[in-house]
Order: sequence, then C-alpha cells, then structure tokens
Amino acid sequence: MNLTKTLMASTALTVAATGAFAGSHADMADSMTLVSWGGAYQSSQQKAYVEPYLEMNEGVSATWDESSAEAVAKLRAMNEAGNVTWDLVDVVASDAIRLCDEGLAMEIDHDDVLAPAPDGTDASDDFGDLIVSDCFIPQIVYSTTFGYRTDLVPEGVEAPNDICDVFDLETYPGKRALEKRPINNMEWALLCDGVAKEDVYDVLETEEGQDQALAKLDTIKDDVIWWSAGADTPQLLADGEIFMGSTYNGRLFSVIEEQDQPVGMMWDAQVFDLDGWIVPADLPEDRLARVMDFLKFATDTQRLADQAKYISYGPARESSAPLVSTHAELGIEMAPHMPTDPNNAQNTFLYNYEFWADYRDDIDAKFQAWLAQN
Amino acid sequence: MTDATSDPDKIEGPTPDNALRAADAAENLGGPVLAADGTPLKKSLARALRMQKLRALALIAPLLIFVLVTFIAPIADMLFRSVENQIVSETLPRTVAALEDWDAESGELPGDAVFEAAYTDIFIAAENKRHTRLGTRLNYELTGVSSLFRKSGRGLDDIGEVYLDQFEDLDENWDEALPWAELMGTEASVAAFREWEAAEDAAREAGRDFDEPIPSFELRADISETLPRTAEMYQRFATFMEVEEEDSAFEEEPWSIVYTRLYEDLRDGDMSSYDGPRAEMLQAADALVDNPDFETVTLQDGFEEIDEDWLDPEVWRTIQTYSPNYTSGYFLNAVDMQKTPDGPALRDEDERIYGLLFKRTMFMSLMITFSCILLAYPVAYLLSNLPMRSANLLMILVLLPFWTSLLVRTSAWKVMLQQQGVINDVLVWLGLVGDAERLVMINNQFGTIVAMTHILLPFMILPMYSVMSTIPPYYVRAAKSLGATNWTAFWRVYFPQSVPGIGAGSILVFILAIGYYITPEIVGGTTGTFISNRIAYHISSSLNWGLAAALGTILLAVVLILYWAYDRIVGIDNVKLGG
Repeated sequence: MNLTKTLMASTALTVAATGAFAGSHADMADSMTLVSWGGAYQSSQQKAYVEPYLEMNEGVSATWDESSAEAVAKLRAMNEAGNVTWDLVDVVASDAIRLCDEGLAMEIDHDDVLAPAPDGTDASDDFGDLIVSDCFIPQIVYSTTFGYRTDLVPEGVEAPNDICDVFDLETYPGKRALEKRPINNMEWALLCDGVAKEDVYDVLETEEGQDQALAKLDTIKDDVIWWSAGADTPQLLADGEIFMGSTYNGRLFSVIEEQDQPVGMMWDAQVFDLDGWIVPADLPEDRLARVMDFLKFATDTQRLADQAKYISYGPARESSAPLVSTHAELGIEMAPHMPTDPNNAQNTFLYNYEFWADYRDDIDAKFQAWLAQN
Repeated sequence: MTDATSDPDKIEGPTPDNALRAADAAENLGGPVLAADGTPLKKSLARALRMQKLRALALIAPLLIFVLVTFIAPIADMLFRSVENQIVSETLPRTVAALEDWDAESGELPGDAVFEAAYTDIFIAAENKRHTRLGTRLNYELTGVSSLFRKSGRGLDDIGEVYLDQFEDLDENWDEALPWAELMGTEASVAAFREWEAAEDAAREAGRDFDEPIPSFELRADISETLPRTAEMYQRFATFMEVEEEDSAFEEEPWSIVYTRLYEDLRDGDMSSYDGPRAEMLQAADALVDNPDFETVTLQDGFEEIDEDWLDPEVWRTIQTYSPNYTSGYFLNAVDMQKTPDGPALRDEDERIYGLLFKRTMFMSLMITFSCILLAYPVAYLLSNLPMRSANLLMILVLLPFWTSLLVRTSAWKVMLQQQGVINDVLVWLGLVGDAERLVMINNQFGTIVAMTHILLPFMILPMYSVMSTIPPYYVRAAKSLGATNWTAFWRVYFPQSVPGIGAGSILVFILAIGYYITPEIVGGTTGTFISNRIAYHISSSLNWGLAAALGTILLAVVLILYWAYDRIVGIDNVKLGG
C-alpha cells in the first residue's frame, strides 16, 4: 500500500469514526483486502477496476496482499487459526478447485452475484465452460507458451513454429528454459514423442507413459535451465542465456513489445489456464457485502475488456472479446496478442485439472527424483 | 554456549550452593548444624536457595512464556502433524469400523456391510464438504483417490434417486418437505411450524418484517420403531439443516440417502399396522416396494456406477491401512519408504529423492562452512590487528551485505555467474575461455555454494573477530622472542586461541545453511537444491503438510545429533561468541 492510499484509508477511518460519514452502504465494510500476484498483472487489475471502483465509492479503501502464489497454504493456515483477513483472492483455476474442495472458498451462484452481459445473457452463459468450479469467478485466460531469441535462430533456418522444435537441438542449438514441475512439460514431451494429442493423458496415466515422457525430456536435459518464477524466462531471454523458454504469454508480451527485445512468440501447443477470484468461506456479513458489490463491478463485461488494455491476457467473458481495444500506453491493437486469438490458438491444450489433481503428487515425486539425478 | 566460569558449581565464595555443600560436609562430621533461629542450617539454606531460584525464574518468566507461546508451541504443533492422521477415522467412522474385519490379503472385495458404511459416511462427508479433503489426504498414498472421492460426492445421489424417482411417481408428496416432516415429526412440532408459517404469511401480506426463527423439528418416538433406519438418517438430515444450513427440514426435501433407507425399512418391515400421520402414503409405498417390478440397486453396483475403482481392493486396503489416528506413513515417505502389505519397504528407485537430498544438504552445508572458514579467517585476523580507523572501515564493508536484501544479493550472483554474465564475459575477453565454451557456474552446486558462502560470511567473520580481538598480541611477540618462527608462533600460539571463534562461527553458519531455501531455489538449478526446498514445496504447493512436518522433524533431529556430536568431540565450552 503506498502512502497516499494509507492516508486515504486513515482519513476514511477518522471520518467514519466521527460519525460524519453516512454512506449509502451503511452495512458494507469500508475496506477490502485483495490478494493477487503483484507485478504487471496486479497493476492491470488496479487500473482496470480497483481504481474506478474506489473513485465511485468514496471512503472505501483497498489493500493488496501479493500472496497468490501461496494462497492455498496461507488460506488454510488462516482458516485453522480462525482469522481470515483476506476478502478476495486471485488464484489460478487449479488452486480454486483445491480451495473449493477443502471448503476454504465460498460457493457462488454466478447468475445471482455477477452482472449479466450487456445483451442480457446470464453471467454463467457468458463465462461458459470457464467456470470450472462452483467457487471460481474467472477473469482471464492466459497461456504458457514459448518465446525464442530471433537473433539466435541459425541462418537459413525457419524460426521455430512447432512445439517439437523445443526438442530439436540439432536445428536449434542453445539452452531451453522449462518450468521446474511436470505439468505441461510431460504433455509436450509425449506430444513430440509421437503420441496423439487426444491420447496424451491416457498415456500419461501409465507408468510406461510417464517413463516415456521423462525419456524424451532426457534428450534435452543437459540443455535445460529449470525455472520456478515466471520472471525467470523473460530475464534469461533478455540476457541471451537461452535460445527459447516457456513462460506466461503476458510476460513474453512485455519483453517483446514493452522492452523491445529481439524475442519472438511461438504459440504452438500453448497450454491455456484460467485465473480468477475466489471469496474465502465464512466472511463476516459486512465484508461479504462489500466484496460482492466490488465483484459485480470488477467482473462485468466492460471491466474485463478494460483489463486487456494493460496486459495481454484474454478476458474470460465472451461478451468482452469484441470490446478489447488498444494498449493503454503503446497504442497497439491488443487482440492479435491474445492467446485466444484464432491465429494463435490453432493448436492448443487446456490444463487438465482433473488429471493433475489425481496425478500431481505421484508424477511430481518421479519428476523431482528424475531431476535430482545427474 | 556456556562459559566455564558461569557454572554455579564452580563459583567460589559465599553462595547458597556452596553453603549447602559446607553444611553437608559438616553434617557428615557431627550432628546437624543449626541456623541462628534453631532450624537445621541445611533446611534454611535450602529454603533460601529455593527462593533465589524462584526469583530468577520469575525474572525470566515473561521471556520464557513469550518463547513458549510464540516459538516452541507452534513448532511443536507443526511437527506433530507428521504423525497425525485423524482425518480418515473422523470422516469415515463407520467404514473404518466395518473394515476392521476385512482381510486385505484375501484379494477379495469387502462385504456389503463396508459398502453400506461407506455409502453413509461419504454421503454425510459430502454434505459437510469434507470428502474431497480426505480424498486429497489419501491421494498421497494412492494415486487417483482424489478424483474418486470428488466423483463419489456427486455420484452417491444416483443411488438414492433410483428410489426417490419411484416413490415420487407413486405419490408426489414423497418429493415434498412437509409431508415427510409430518410422517417423521411430532405433532406438536408440525403444528408449531404451521403456526409459524401462517404468521409469516400474515406478516408478508401486511408488509412487515418477519424474523421469528423457524421452530425446530422433533422426531416422533414411535417412528423410530416403525422405520428405524429412515428415522435415524432423517434426524441427522434435520439437525444438519438447522445447524449447518440455517434452514429447516420443514422446508427442504430430504437427502437422497433417506430414500434408500426408506426402501430398506419398507423391504424389511410391514407397515400395515401403522396408523400414525401419513399412513396411507407410507402403506402405498410399502406395497410398491413389495411389488417384484420395483427397481433396486445394490450398493456395490451403485459404487461401480460412480467409478470402477471402487471395485479395486487396493482402494479399500489404503483406507484400512491409514485408518489409525496416528501414522508412521509420513515418516516412511520422508525416508523414501512406503507401507506395503509386508511392512515398510523402500520405494522404487525412480521415486527415491529424500535420502539423496538429505545427504546433499549435509555435504553442501559442510562445504559452505569450510569455505566460510577459509575466507573469514584472514579477514577477521586483519580486522582485529589493523589500527582502529582502518579496522572500522573494513568492518563497515563486512556489515554492508547485512543491510542489502537477500534477494538482491542472490540475483547479483546470477548476473555475475551466468554464461552471458560478467565473469564469463571477462574470461572470454581475456581469451582464457573460448566464446563457445563459456563456463557453467550457476544453476548447479557450485552456484549455490558461492552465493551462500557470500551470504553467510558475516556470520563467520563476526564471532571470529570478537574472539581474535581479545587475544593479547604479546603472546605472539613472546613466542617470537623465544625463537619461534612466524609460522610456529602463529600455529602454536595464536591459532589455538582463535579456535573458539571458529567453533562458534561454524555452528552458526552450518545451522543457518542447512535450513536455507531461497538462495538454492534461485541459483541451485536441479543439483544445488536443499531438502528445505522440498519442505517449502510441500508446505506451500502440494499442501502435504504431514510430509513437510516429517521432513522438518528429521532435519531438526539431524541438527541436534550433530550438535551433540560436536559437543562430545570439540566441547561446547570451546565455543565463544565474544571475549
């Protein structure tokens, strides 16, 4: 929280305490604690809907907590301690499912709580399949995909445009950056080892399939730098440490367009994932009322389209897509940079939540053991 | 790290301890020594001593309580999770009891009683939203249980709905809340509800607010005899509605499992003599159940319909194996073992990781400690022997890293060590290394050791410096004047006196290093990570807190054992943090 916000918040408190403040929402809390990822993503949320909301509701303040990466663990600990201090938490879909499973997130009636599309379509239809859990309110679609150094592509060779180019060290020498977890990497490895896309998870269920994927990864293991923070790959690309690496598409957008680095996007076999809000279970009534009021505003069609002005993630509402305009500072059209753009989405994967909920512990143990062996 | 002189037994002079010893000695020589007031001296001294100890305890009490409450208790609570396992028996109490008689080795599925118990347990757990949590817990032991439980939470309704649909076709009242309540409840509670309903309607028509609570449901005594299973489950449903959902059995149709229970009661009993409320409705249903066309489903088939995995004895064996309230499972996991029917056994080779990580953590922490000793010793020597002004300047340089963020220091090493980094660039520019064979110095053990040595160096320099600055310079001068060479004077005179500083610094650095995880995570790659990285992963990502606690407990035990060994070999008295 920066200084002005602190001042605003304390002013609001003083005003409220002296009784001079008689807002129209007497039964709503005056402050919210929002949890997000920090960085460019959080600032896109701040600009697209938190600031407008605070302007509309004088005397209300919002505090950010940049804990989304550990949201499930922290929420569980808060719940055990009986003191949940968060009001709204931004998490990826798989975490939302886990939180819902554990009873830590509140189940939501999407049509009841969220605004309908401008043409009157119910919220649940507008979000469609992206509502992967009863507790989850999707905001954006992002993807994990590859970026490569355009200046390191060998002469006379086409720029990489196939996921299997990641495994082709002969044509495209140089290091790769991959995430230090099995999710996505195992799928890509199988895909490039001759497994058909629709069979990937059937194969990955079996021990042989897991070994097959690891064997394929083995072929490039010596040339891989394993990342654990989303900022790693952009940094490695910018420094020329690697030829290509996987990361979130928004990070690559900022390396390419905002920082002007010689980096290109490779969208083939990008893996879609969702990010959105959950409301912690059992909030006190006044805080819940405030959060619901904010949620309705922050996830309406226009607000989600506005967010795309600041970051290249696709809005989760179908009705928002036509409203996506240009980047707030660069002025370039955002639509072609969205992972959901038809040109980019020719060959895509959707994160398989059910499969990974079951196999995560098992495959991760194997994957980590494989990594630790030299 | 006590000092020899602070041991109360070795203080000479008039202390209660020594007086007590003197009194003891006197007693052995002759009769009891008496104090001025006539009580035996020993007694009055003991009292004085007790008073003194209590006063000392009272003085440290605030700190002691603070440490206990904010440090020891949470750690103990966390470590205790490594054996806790109540979740299975709390969520599936009937199933656990029913499984006791089942022999997992037989290779056969458990009997109907187990399916019956599991149906009830999982249904209730699902209503309480606890079934998926258990699924997550058991998924650590058997892959696939997580989704099995999630599916079953939804799917178990299908069993009851087979009966619900048929009863509803017979008489729509079976799918209504109030007729059910009339059948099951006391007349007084039903009448109270009707009164409340009328009052609410009146209030609504008059436009008034109405916030009287709904009267609570009471089960009629005779229905428990007529429909024992239905009554039990309906009572549970009614209580759940009131307590958990702030709703009422008068307004909600019962759970699907109640219909299954009703079917069972009607199948086994005869309703013709029943003459309570809703007798016709019940008797018609009884007749329907007795009709050979009545569709039934066995629980086993119902479970199979949800997921075929329920017919896998392995699922039941896992539930049985992990049903006790306390388990060694997490600890076995933490040492690369697992529970099997034949007792604990090593995991498959491609799944063993923790042993390797523990060994690696020990090895790298030792390496870091030794490189810290090598680098810190000359610096500390210089600090303690330079004139005050230049020593202060040097001291600031040593302390400077303390005031820099850990992440900044670690990231700086990234910039230095990476292949396109400063060091490689310089080497290539000097022509010592070819552009194509730049050195790999990061994302491996080397990177971790370099970065962590740098970060932990001050913890070695400071204790060394504080010990060295108390070593009188004239000892070395005396040695030299007696003919010792520089080396002998240093090695035989100076160095032994500086050993306590090395000891203190080593313990500090080693214990800090063993628990580090941020730096190894950033610069360690795959070969330079510590066990603490896995602990952090299980705490914040996989949420397997039991395993994290087990790993943490082992790490703590290892540190304590090493500390004990250090005390035995080197002696903790030889460790000094200051002059």
